[in-house]
Amino acid sequence: MVRSTLAVLVIDENRIRASIIEAGLREAGHERVTVIHDVSGIARRIAEIEPDVIVIDLENPNRDMLENMFQLSRAVKRPIAMFVDRSDQASIEAAVDAGVSAYVVDGLRQERVKPILDMAVSRFNAFSRMARELEEARSELESRKVIDRAKGILMKSRGLSEEAAYTLLRKTAMNQNRKISDIAQSLVTAAGLLGPAEDE
Amino acid sequence: MKMGATHQITAGFMPLFDSAVLVAAGEMGFAAREGIELTLHRETSWANIRDRIAIGHFDLAHMLGPMPLACNLGLTPLASETIVPFSLGLGGNCVTVSNAVWAGMAAHGAMPDLDPARTGKALGALIRERAKAGRDPLRFAVVHPHSGHNYELRYWLAACGIDPTQEIEIVIVPPPFMADALAAGRIDGYCVGEPWNSASVAAGTGHIVTVKALLWRNSPEKVIGVRKAWAEQNPDALAALLRALHHSARWCQNPANHGELAAVMAQPGFLGLPPAVQMPILTGRLDLDGEAEKTIDDFFLPFDKAANFPWKSHALWFYTQMVRWGHIAHTPENLAIARDCYRPDLYRSALKPLGVALPGANAKVEGALKVATPVGSAGASLVLGPDGFFDGQIFDPDEIDAYIAGQKSARTET
Repeated sequence: MVRSTLAVLVIDENRIRASIIEAGLREAGHERVTVIHDVSGIARRIAEIEPDVIVIDLENPNRDMLENMFQLSRAVKRPIAMFVDRSDQASIEAAVDAGVSAYVVDGLRQERVKPILDMAVSRFNAFSRMARELEEARSELESRKVIDRAKGILMKSRGLSEEAAYTLLRKTAMNQNRKISDIAQSLVTAAGLLGPAEDE
Repeated sequence: MKMGATHQITAGFMPLFDSAVLVAAGEMGFAAREGIELTLHRETSWANIRDRIAIGHFDLAHMLGPMPLACNLGLTPLASETIVPFSLGLGGNCVTVSNAVWAGMAAHGAMPDLDPARTGKALGALIRERAKAGRDPLRFAVVHPHSGHNYELRYWLAACGIDPTQEIEIVIVPPPFMADALAAGRIDGYCVGEPWNSASVAAGTGHIVTVKALLWRNSPEKVIGVRKAWAEQNPDALAALLRALHHSARWCQNPANHGELAAVMAQPGFLGLPPAVQMPILTGRLDLDGEAEKTIDDFFLPFDKAANFPWKSHALWFYTQMVRWGHIAHTPENLAIARDCYRPDLYRSALKPLGVALPGANAKVEGALKVATPVGSAGASLVLGPDGFFDGQIFDPDEIDAYIAGQKSARTET
């Protein structure tokens, strides 16, 4: 039997994540990868692409529609079923944890699909990690800004030096077992309520 | 774990109004009072709920009534054995059509009165007129193949002489997208729970033509589906949860609490829609088309009429419809699976200590009660029904073969 490359369809509304997966699949030697962000008209696209494997993000609200279409639509020449390897519960759990599911056409051997699913899972996890780090960086920046404003309020209202203002914030946070940024936020909020706004 | 909590339960739900009893159990403190720390996860599809139940992320979830049957009958991937010890309410759905379809139906005698027989007859006439003119069949949407919506839409059409497998097309659309799909002309009509019918009326793009409560009065809709293995390992936690859900359902039913309930559901983590949009399902007062208004008795019941009792006859009716539409073969083995899925015994044993009125039977003859009927033992008050089908048919779960055979012959005749 000639070993043909599998046609892989990635359905993901998140364009950045979809392109990360696509890149990964191409690096792994899958030439026939198609990415769809919007499911309108998808029956026609599936008829054109004739995918062997379909990867869908679990956040996609159209999953029920897609599953039903895979079973019934005239667009689908061979039935497509969810990839469920009963002997490998761990990989299914990893997929759901990562937020991805895979569907394969009838008759495709599990070992040919597994590397594609594993690739999608690792790329989904990489994307989540990236998004989380970005969010952390953003909130780090936010808290630095709010601490600066709180220091400014203390320096102005109590005549403290910048260093003394920061030390006071840090000591208060330690005493109350809270984050400095939380204390700073409370101070900024309270100052906004009490007095003429510092910036306005 | 929070102080005092003896049970930790993780549950999934879809952002639909009929998750209210589960949501309020957590938010209004009913679960905490039973010693439960209840963690709720909002999901985006029924497929996700099924998957997360199967791999153990959720112990239980808000589910479509036929979904646990589909799991146990092997109709879905990643299925895990699921039982139903509690129903989340009766009714709540409507059928909505586009303005163009309504105009066609009105030309064939449909009135804005929600009467299923009259609107169904008009729809049938329109469908045949379109077929004669060589036009594409109408396309209706439901939320899931194994849903009350799919089965009640098909039941209505078939009883009105329309073959839903040949004369229309049925597709799946997620509830929040229904109104947009109708407005864009991708579908001609749909069956879905509120507020997604009123959404089309408010947008001026749809007419409500009939409601679940008129197709089959006091009929089942969403349930609590529980992973059987979890239920067997945690009987005390499950019983405590069923008591919490019972108190929550009673609270949800009381009109005095509707404002607060709507405010809870309006939070972005739950339904996330303004309280005003939730009023039709709470009051049963529907705006059908921007002009006609109608109040429907028993439109949605989260508690009254033994709404939380998991009747085996409800599960078995869903089973007959799965057989009717070719989802499953009618065999003694499949029938036994369907019979064991809903668990009134668990409901009864959990609620017994509360001294509340409980139905004595596990199943009832559906469609037999023409009027509201007091049942149960003296002292404890329980009113059931009416529970009639609009076409006057009766479903006797003891005569299931005859019922299935009767529906088969009705289909070949039309």
